[in-house]
Amino acid sequence: MCMSVPRYWRERAYRYRLVGTECLSCGRRYYPPRRVCPVCHSRNLVEVKLPERGVVVTYTIIRSPPRGYEKYAPYAIAVVELLDGTKVLAQLTDIDLSEVEIGMEVEAVFRKIREDGEEGIIEYGVKFRPRLTGH
Amino acid sequence: MRTASDVGIVGYGAYIPMYRIKAKEIARIWNVVQVPIEEKSVVGLDEDSITMAVEAAKNALKRANIDPRDIGSVRLGTESKPYAVKPSATIVAEVLGITPNTLAADLEFACKAGTEGLQSSIALVASGMVRYALAIGVDTAQGRPKDALEYTAGCGAAAYILSTKSHETLAYIEGSHSYVTDTPDFWRREGRFYPMHTGRFTGEPAYFKHIINAAKGLMEELGLKATDFNYAVFHQPNVKFPLTAARRLGFNMDQVKPGLLCDRIGNTYAAAMLIGLANILDMAKPGERILAVSFGSGAGSDAFSIVVQDAIEARRDLAPKVADYLGRRKYLDYAKYLIHRGKIRMR
Repeated sequence: MCMSVPRYWRERAYRYRLVGTECLSCGRRYYPPRRVCPVCHSRNLVEVKLPERGVVVTYTIIRSPPRGYEKYAPYAIAVVELLDGTKVLAQLTDIDLSEVEIGMEVEAVFRKIREDGEEGIIEYGVKFRPRLTGH
Repeated sequence: MRTASDVGIVGYGAYIPMYRIKAKEIARIWNVVQVPIEEKSVVGLDEDSITMAVEAAKNALKRANIDPRDIGSVRLGTESKPYAVKPSATIVAEVLGITPNTLAADLEFACKAGTEGLQSSIALVASGMVRYALAIGVDTAQGRPKDALEYTAGCGAAAYILSTKSHETLAYIEGSHSYVTDTPDFWRREGRFYPMHTGRFTGEPAYFKHIINAAKGLMEELGLKATDFNYAVFHQPNVKFPLTAARRLGFNMDQVKPGLLCDRIGNTYAAAMLIGLANILDMAKPGERILAVSFGSGAGSDAFSIVVQDAIEARRDLAPKVADYLGRRKYLDYAKYLIHRGKIRMR
């Protein structure tokens, strides 16, 4: 069992569409969404669709994966700074580990995150890949 | 078939995964000399028909530049659904922000499932039931190891957003013709992993009969001949079949080449003709006419006559083109290919 089905369902907008929250008091943005701003402690936060492009700020390679991620290991997890400055922690995809670089341009894609065995649900969400050229 | 009011394409998009395997690499494993195509596309470990459909539809939305909530219908045609029971179309609609006030359904008709969606979307728009309708053809086709289909079964997606014809539409649909019979050329029984086919029987009584009759039916209805079209794109299970169909219908290589991608990505099943059409739209000039004919085993064909409009020039660069995906390639050896296609039991 990966995650409870109701929880996955509840969080689908954030997982599917890169929707975060913005603090209306100090302007900071968060992903995943927060209900209380950890900086100014305001509860005045609204949902906001985040930009889908950014750069890799830092990354690490996961060689001992948590359950459900075995088939992807070794894989890269990166902190991506989006065009609006929001920092997102996400898996990188469509990339060889030797190609991962700090500062590389990436874009959000919708991919399978993990599967609850062969009978359970398939969890989908956002990952980042090297930016496609030509658009 | 013609609609009471003209329907057009307001957005289109394609997606081809990054991975490729050379047909010669598959032939090396089975000691085969001749191969039908150069290479085919293969999904990444975290991709399936739903994720590919999402990217193709996102590209269509970028070109359409409309509010996703104005889309009233999502038709997803595939024979490789991640869930046997649970619609894929609802997931795609949710990701794109189309939910909840919309129709959403998965369609099945082997490789014709995508254009089956296009046909019903045309009707939904023309009737005035919905303002915009999204039709997607997508597949992660499986071929049995050592079978002839293993060399060509590829992965890809294409999406089209339809609306009533206006100066906003990138191209409009002049007419369509569908031709269907009960022909057991290719099938997969419930619960079985790989499909079965009847070898050479898949040609004459299946592919050629349906493609040619659908195309002829449409051209007769519209009073058009092969020379009236600038491009022709057919379902492409290999390179030979569409070229033969084109020749028999009186089309030349220049008309067929831009839509023929099978040699580089394989047979992407429900997406095959629709990706070829997207590649034509990536380069076609306003006023040019396209014949587009799908084929699905079982069997049937949908033929469309499409005329490119002025708006295409400003919109085609708003999303990645087919050529961008064709240019992005990572090659797999046969062992890696087996892992990517889930053919090795890991647990």
